[in-house]
Amino acid sequence: MPILRRVLLAAFLAWAGMATAQERSITVASTTSTEQSGLFSHILPLFTQASGIAVRVVALGTGQALDVGRRGDADVVFVHDRAAEQRFVAEGFGGPRRRVMYNDFVLVGPATDPAGIAGLTDSTAALQRIAVARAPFISRGDRSGTHAAELRLWQMAGVDPVSGRGQWYREVGQGMGPALNTAAAQNAYLLADRGTWLSFRNRQELKILVEGDARLFNQYGVMLVNPQRHPGVKAAEGQRFIDWLVSPAGQAAIAAYKISGEQLFFPNADKPEPGA
Amino acid sequence: MTASDTNCQSGRVQDLASAFATALGLVATADPAVMRILLLSLRVSLTALALAALVGLPLGALLAVARFPGRQAVLVALNALMGLPPVVAGLLIYLLLSRAGPLGPLGLLFTPTAMVIAQAVLIAPILAALSRQVLEGLWEEYAEQLRSFGAGPWRAVPTLLWDGRFALMTVLLAGFGRAAAEVGAVMIVGGNIEGFTRVMTTAIALETSKGDLPLALALGLLLMAIVLAVNALAQGLREAAAERAG
Repeated sequence: MPILRRVLLAAFLAWAGMATAQERSITVASTTSTEQSGLFSHILPLFTQASGIAVRVVALGTGQALDVGRRGDADVVFVHDRAAEQRFVAEGFGGPRRRVMYNDFVLVGPATDPAGIAGLTDSTAALQRIAVARAPFISRGDRSGTHAAELRLWQMAGVDPVSGRGQWYREVGQGMGPALNTAAAQNAYLLADRGTWLSFRNRQELKILVEGDARLFNQYGVMLVNPQRHPGVKAAEGQRFIDWLVSPAGQAAIAAYKISGEQLFFPNADKPEPGA
Repeated sequence: MTASDTNCQSGRVQDLASAFATALGLVATADPAVMRILLLSLRVSLTALALAALVGLPLGALLAVARFPGRQAVLVALNALMGLPPVVAGLLIYLLLSRAGPLGPLGLLFTPTAMVIAQAVLIAPILAALSRQVLEGLWEEYAEQLRSFGAGPWRAVPTLLWDGRFALMTVLLAGFGRAAAEVGAVMIVGGNIEGFTRVMTTAIALETSKGDLPLALALGLLLMAIVLAVNALAQGLREAAAERAG
């Protein structure tokens, strides 16, 4: 069947030719909150337009994203856990760390609010009430920036939630979205970053109950992976991305991103970091 | 690409209806982002299938005809590998391809090539084990005849593969189905990068995370439609070829 063979050959060649044209690109290990909130879809095309560099984002929890950077599998790490970032830099895996933007965490829970925390401005008092009421609480449990923030808050509240593990304190070991889905299904409380919350669609009975506490502050930082440690790192292109993020153009692009009129991230590259 | 924000009792039912509507809308408008994801899914899974077939089918045929010490152990191992958890395969390939790993300098992690490798590794044992099963029956029928032509096991392999081609089509479809439906391994080695390594299954996982269940379900319906179309196409080819072969 020579005709069939020729058709197959032509199809194969067309297939092989489909390989994407080689372009300048960098890989950024970042967090689910920045990607799933839609921020990257908004700002990355602007950077690519200005620089000709495509940005490939792998969205993970902060702990995992830093691990990807440690192995040299990304050129830039863009995450939100200051303590973990400072460790990353101190260990020589990358840096220096640059501040980029902040938003805040919110305590979300069912509208029926069995622990009675609605309207509190003290987030640690709210956690204490949840623990006393033994009301279901969903923890990320995945070493993400949000998970780290949640554990810090429990510590400040003087409560060891691990005693309720498997009962009212439920660690799902997943990203913000799946954790929100679980909380919605179980009418549980949880700590969420505001960006993901605003773009999350399956809220069911969940609503924001506590917000505005200074301790719910959520800072994002960016670091170049150390090219001396991993020669494969695209240092020039990665640095260009970092420089753009903290430049007036990048900061304005971040400030301009809104969901139904509400700004999600607040650029603060040139301002001192609260609590630093 | 939006879903209802409804909170009412009938929300779940509306979600289902909305998923079908969204799926139809995605197809009708040929949404470019969705089409690109769909094409990448097909490209990755079909390439993986071709690679796995190159290794798996001859291996299956050889195991069907050859008798050697330790053959039973190989068969057991192969059958066990059919159940290899995708996440484990993904992790192993991740560690191999990581810049800190042995194949790091190739720079393949977080590329479609890495996803092809992962899927090929997952389905090659399936193709080998299933084709061994199919071809062994055929070999029992033909063994005498082939031997009388003086064909040893090695010479018999191509003949067996050719004569069993229609039955092997089903084996290939099983492999393709597993590859196209796989999410754990491609998520780890591909990274679900928008416009680069995002395929149907990882897009579905992402939309589920974002709580856009109707959109996630719509993408799922689309994926099932594609797999159905591939199966129908294969069935058509097979019947046409069988008719021609008489």
